[in-house]
Amino acid sequence: MPKPFAWLAISAIAGTVLAAAGTSAWAQTPDAADAWDSTYQPIASTPTLIRNATVLVGDGLRLDGADLLMRDGLIVEVGSSLSAPDGTTQIDATGKWLTPGLIDVHSHLGVYPSPGARAHADGNEMTSPVTPQVWAEHSVWPQDPGFGAALAGGVTTLQILPGSGNLIGGRGVTLKNVAAESYQAMKFPDAPHGLKMACGENPKRFYGGKGQAPMTRMGNVAGYRAAFQEAVEYREAWRRHESRGQNPSTSRRGSAGSGNENRQGPPKRDLRMETLAAVLEGEIMVHVHCYRADEMAVMLDLAREFDFHIAAFHHGVEAYKLADRLAQENVCGALWADWWGFKMEAYDGIVENIALVDRPEGSCAIVHSDSAEGIQRLNQEAGKVMGHAAAIGMDIPPQRAIRWLAENAARSLGILERTGTLEAGKMADVVLWNRDPFSVYAQAELVFIDGALLYDRNDPRRQPVTDFMLGQEVSP
Amino acid sequence: MIRSIQGAALVAALFSVPLAATAQDLLIRDARVHTAAAAGTLERADILVQGGVIRAVGPDLAAPAGIATVQAQGRPVTPGLFAGLTGLGVEEVSGEAETVDSNLSLSAPGQASDHQPTWRPEFDMLPAFNPRSAAIGVSRVAGLTWTVLAPGTVAGGSFVAGQGAAVTLDGRYDAELDGSRSLFINLGADANTLAGNSRAGQFLLLDQALREARPAPSPAMAAITPGHGLLTALGRETMMRYGRGGRVVFHVDRASDIRQALKLAERAGFKPVIAGGAEAWLVAGELARAEVPVLIDALVNLPQRFDHLAARLDNAARLHAAGVQVMFSQSGDATHNARKIRQLAGNAVANGLPWEAGLAALTRIPAQSFGVDDRLGSIEVGKQADLVLWTGDPLEVTTVAEQVWFNGRPASMQSRQTRLRDRYLQPPGPLPRAYSH
Repeated sequence: MPKPFAWLAISAIAGTVLAAAGTSAWAQTPDAADAWDSTYQPIASTPTLIRNATVLVGDGLRLDGADLLMRDGLIVEVGSSLSAPDGTTQIDATGKWLTPGLIDVHSHLGVYPSPGARAHADGNEMTSPVTPQVWAEHSVWPQDPGFGAALAGGVTTLQILPGSGNLIGGRGVTLKNVAAESYQAMKFPDAPHGLKMACGENPKRFYGGKGQAPMTRMGNVAGYRAAFQEAVEYREAWRRHESRGQNPSTSRRGSAGSGNENRQGPPKRDLRMETLAAVLEGEIMVHVHCYRADEMAVMLDLAREFDFHIAAFHHGVEAYKLADRLAQENVCGALWADWWGFKMEAYDGIVENIALVDRPEGSCAIVHSDSAEGIQRLNQEAGKVMGHAAAIGMDIPPQRAIRWLAENAARSLGILERTGTLEAGKMADVVLWNRDPFSVYAQAELVFIDGALLYDRNDPRRQPVTDFMLGQEVSP
Repeated sequence: MIRSIQGAALVAALFSVPLAATAQDLLIRDARVHTAAAAGTLERADILVQGGVIRAVGPDLAAPAGIATVQAQGRPVTPGLFAGLTGLGVEEVSGEAETVDSNLSLSAPGQASDHQPTWRPEFDMLPAFNPRSAAIGVSRVAGLTWTVLAPGTVAGGSFVAGQGAAVTLDGRYDAELDGSRSLFINLGADANTLAGNSRAGQFLLLDQALREARPAPSPAMAAITPGHGLLTALGRETMMRYGRGGRVVFHVDRASDIRQALKLAERAGFKPVIAGGAEAWLVAGELARAEVPVLIDALVNLPQRFDHLAARLDNAARLHAAGVQVMFSQSGDATHNARKIRQLAGNAVANGLPWEAGLAALTRIPAQSFGVDDRLGSIEVGKQADLVLWTGDPLEVTTVAEQVWFNGRPASMQSRQTRLRDRYLQPPGPLPRAYSH
């Protein structure tokens, strides 16, 4: 099992570190290290065989008239004429389409939930431009009716991010789209955290408007650099401390210092720096809200200076202007189909943006929503792009476009080994559509999460209703 | 590059350029004609346009000598689409206040308006309209040929937002469509801070304004010193005019508020239109009986606010089934992304609205509701030839507009966005891309 939270674990037990022999022992310390872990449990399911569907595997393959078997929460096999063991639920999918569960890498469900009451505005800790210490998951209201609406749109996994008011807004969390009373019970097991950063207008407008830094784009960059330099030094302090703990007599750093240094306790725990140090270690995926091509180029240099990797630029309405570079540097573009013009940095949006970002070899184009409405229709966003691409002679078949909604999204979240394609051994996150999913008329009929049928368009008993909506006097 | 050349070749193939006929004569051959009128959809029909007006619709029309002919090859043709209630031409970049002219705010937020009323129903958006806004080009190439400019409400203004009207998007300066002038009143939770923090305050103030505007004001009313009434003299005239059956668009979502708006319209003498209408299906019977058309956003299905608790994806279908005239308008980015309005129609159809009603909600019904159906909104003899040829089903997200015509003249199918696209579609050359144009 990966240990994505190694930095958390290290610091969470800082008080006991001196007694430990090495880092491996720290992670074994219970309780504190387990705090905030996922408590998600797949819902019990029967083995299910879906027969004779058009299957978009998610990795670029399309299989016509194919079957999919899932059992114990996992995909067992995708192929032709699969046999069903006794007790298997069988579903005739003739004329229907099967895809991986859709993944939205940019959602504020739960942190800006419905109803959008003032008391519910929990997505932007705009008390300081650098707040890596806040975690979006600590704001998530699991009763947001938007989760169920997204499920009806085929979304099985989503990343909840802090807003873009800050240069460094905090940690994002990846959730499985299951109804639960706590976010921990939705948390995607062992998924890495995301770090939300923001370029451009939002941070400088808000803080500059108050007469404080950042007031300009150069102020933005100075803010990121100061924070990451602090993180470099924080990590260095911990490394020095660790090396003393592991082998005090031979630690070069330890012996080079004064005698006092060896008797020092661990560096003071800093929740802000803990997050950024984990970014430097590659344990947290970096997601940057950034519209303009020139600003993305600036952020790529920031990443170079401090030696971290940017998983994805979000919104990127100008990503088409540096599509080749994004592909070369293994950076995803999480984009809308058609939003533009609502502010200066969105003025150059084009509907073919995703198609152009998708074009280079090794690219990673993603459809994202940033919207409680858009998350319900990620497939239609892709459809718009496909139609406009076809009009300029770029034919993008469904088996490729589905990657924007699943495989590439999973890649940017660091969960591709678990979900994002319909491959044996992966989580059985599966959507059955009534037709080609890129049509405006397409509807998700059945949605499975870890093999459990959690949405059935034709069965109200298989549709979640949040506590908030239960009993409201507005039903037909 | 590929695109521009292909596009040019396609246009050359489609149009055989005439010698004798005028620029506003056109014959579209062999189209799937969605008339948006009683005739419904005609397969493999022709449309003859002369002098910018539709002269005939049917199979195998005789071609006047030299007329420009387009072979639709079975592809759909619709009337030019309604863009919804927008700020097209009055809003360039939403976040840059000096480029936005869609809201009137005469008193700074927080300041009392001692010297002049903030209620200015006489406010008219049309003088601010700029037909050369980039957003208009972006909308035009997407098949949108007309819109209704709708003023909004901001702090320092009034929930009686002022007047707007329908405009054509063909690029002309004098773009207003006669007979479409409307007054916009924005009710509900958003208006509370401008109405003494009570929804009931909205109706109190409206009743006060109506009383002020009553013809032949009593001596007591005439004695009201300027600044202490809600309305100026012009405002009183405006309210009076709308009180004689003028069209008033109430932006309102909650069912109980919709009912109050209908009652107010009745006692004021307004001809009401409901916009927003997230809970309109709950009062569909009353809307149908009163023959009040409704503009809805068919993608609104979440209880995003307490005014929306009953929002449903089948709102349009339920209203239509009850006999309400349904049309679409967006609640989100209505101006820049006006083109998304087709997606609203498609989703309404996916959720139970008959397809023909989905198209009518983008064409005939808004034309009727805003008083321009003598010219626009359907493909019928005598109507203005604002037409769109589509690559496929016009309500489908994968479809794009192939050609748009205004008064029979082909519109440019280039916008700022297609130019940006074409620039970056090409691999970089020896010179920077700034030299590719």
